[in-house]
Amino acid sequence: MRVLVVEDDPVLLNGLQVGLGLAGFTVEAVANCADASAALDTSDFDAVVLDLMLPDGSGLDILGALRRRRSLVPVLLLTARDGVPDRIAGLDAGADDYLGKPFDLDEVAARLRALARRSGGHAAATLQWRDVVLDPASMGVTRGGQPVRLSRREFSILRALLDRPGQILSKSQLEDRLYGWQEEIESNAIEVHIHNLRAKLGPGLVQTVRGVGYRMAETGA
Amino acid sequence: MKSIRARLFTILLVTTGIVWLSAIAWIYLSTKAQVERVLDARLTEAARMVGSLVSSQDIAIGKAGAAAAIVAVPHASYDRQLSCQIWGFDGTLVGRSESAPGKPLTLAKSGFSETSVDGETWRVYAVTNPELGIRVLVGDNLRVRDRLVADVIRGLAFPALLILPVLAALLWLSVGRGLAPLNAMASALGARRASDLSALPDNDSPSEIKPVIHSLNGLFARVSTVRERERDFTAFAAHELRTPIAGLKTQAQIALGSSDDSIRNNALRQITVAVDRTARLVRQLTDLTNAESGELEDDVGHVDVGRTLQTLADDIGQHHRNAASVLISAELARLELGVNPSLFMAGARNLLENAVLHSPPDKPVRCGLRQEQRFLAITIDDCGPGIPEDELPKVRGRFFRGRNQTAAGSGLGLVIAELAAERMGAVLHLENRAEGGLRAELQFAERAIADGAA
Repeated sequence: MRVLVVEDDPVLLNGLQVGLGLAGFTVEAVANCADASAALDTSDFDAVVLDLMLPDGSGLDILGALRRRRSLVPVLLLTARDGVPDRIAGLDAGADDYLGKPFDLDEVAARLRALARRSGGHAAATLQWRDVVLDPASMGVTRGGQPVRLSRREFSILRALLDRPGQILSKSQLEDRLYGWQEEIESNAIEVHIHNLRAKLGPGLVQTVRGVGYRMAETGA
Repeated sequence: MKSIRARLFTILLVTTGIVWLSAIAWIYLSTKAQVERVLDARLTEAARMVGSLVSSQDIAIGKAGAAAAIVAVPHASYDRQLSCQIWGFDGTLVGRSESAPGKPLTLAKSGFSETSVDGETWRVYAVTNPELGIRVLVGDNLRVRDRLVADVIRGLAFPALLILPVLAALLWLSVGRGLAPLNAMASALGARRASDLSALPDNDSPSEIKPVIHSLNGLFARVSTVRERERDFTAFAAHELRTPIAGLKTQAQIALGSSDDSIRNNALRQITVAVDRTARLVRQLTDLTNAESGELEDDVGHVDVGRTLQTLADDIGQHHRNAASVLISAELARLELGVNPSLFMAGARNLLENAVLHSPPDKPVRCGLRQEQRFLAITIDDCGPGIPEDELPKVRGRFFRGRNQTAAGSGLGLVIAELAAERMGAVLHLENRAEGGLRAELQFAERAIADGAA
């Protein structure tokens, strides 16, 4: 799950980047409005964590621009101003959720998962495909009730595929979801992870669509 | 005296009393003078009358009983007022009135005189008739005269004494009534809640209370401005502290939750940074409150500029070990300013800290002196990124952090520097240097230079 974090305090930004990374998110971190707008213009995110007071403007401006573009990306506002009028102003400006500082890292992660779940059209907290169940909160995966140990990358790929079952995700889309901008990507990294997933969950689960990408297979082959 | 009512009442009562007493004294004196004039005239008249009666032989000299006939008309309370004696030149008492003593009323030949006979004081008029060889003496008993005057005064004073309590009561009530607007204002103020700083209505208040109400309303306005500013500031400061605290909490949770050593170490390093930044923010908030409180203003002392800047630079160097160094020019070492030392320290510290934190570690921050015609400026030049031109007007705003912010920036440093400068009567000037970096100047008027220095 790919998340954009916009926060001008370097320590907090680093904390969110590392903390959400540990919770299974792929985090892009920016510190001002200009960088945030550039990031939102050029790539897709599953959720945005937005601070309101930024050095070159207000987070509400970014939010407004986002909604004017009819973007449906869920936005979680993080701010020091958490009075009721501030919350109302934020939610009315198009935010999906509001969290006052200081907050709990686990709560940010949980809210982001909930936001992503809603925007993905899922009702349950867990994602299921045939006999595979993925729990984003605990980062656990079971097949037929038996727990399966996956690496962080493998989990992220499975999660991206389960998010919209049946939809084909290209290799580059998967790379976007998996890696931050600064990270080096080996050219065959995705293939290696898919290979490992098939080894752990059984060969028929992830289907390769030649020349296009990957998707979850309807029936076991 | 604590009560205005009692005070006014006493003053009114005493002044009324004094006016009355003066009036009575005046009436006493003038009545006495009038009575004396009238009675003296009567004495003269009576003496002449007796003299003429004797000379026209209407009264036979020697017939003692006849004297009773010339006694003045009896008067109810002032009877025996007039006494008359007729003496022969040989010293025999020819005749006298009923109330007259046997001894001569006076030894004077003629005219007025006052004598004491048998313990009574008499006012006597004497007429000598040389043809008949007699002296006619007509006298008034002074005791009776005094009683007459005293009766007049008593007649005036007695009703006055009776009226006095009534007057006192009326005065007391009127004063109370006159002070009613004051009481109304006091009770209106007394009934207020501590947070109520609204102005008192003054459209229909008496002109004497208007100045008080105006001053009070002025005070209310000032207090509420200060309170509002404090409230805004507290709210702002609280918000501003929440972000570093959120950072601390997040990093602490990462350190607690991660088993990876490098992640944990990074989190702990971040926590150190955040603690430093928060500590600085708290110190700046204290500086700002001090600079704002205005208590430091009057306390003008001598500031040894060179030494003060060096102390500040050393202190900053201790907090930021790998940051740029500070070079202080020799001119500054000779400069002494007559300004408040605490304000100077607060202003200079924040400017120096800004310069050091924005400079690359290998390029020193230079402090120098610039002499202009009307002022002299302490300059602090850094080799940092400067301030984007569009942000220059905004950087002095509270909690403003520009694009070129540092990790430790709180958005308060320039606010404090400007406030401190203002309080010292100096001007804070910021400009980007042509060769890169920012120049911050504290411009002092010439008179700020301490005597015997520079």
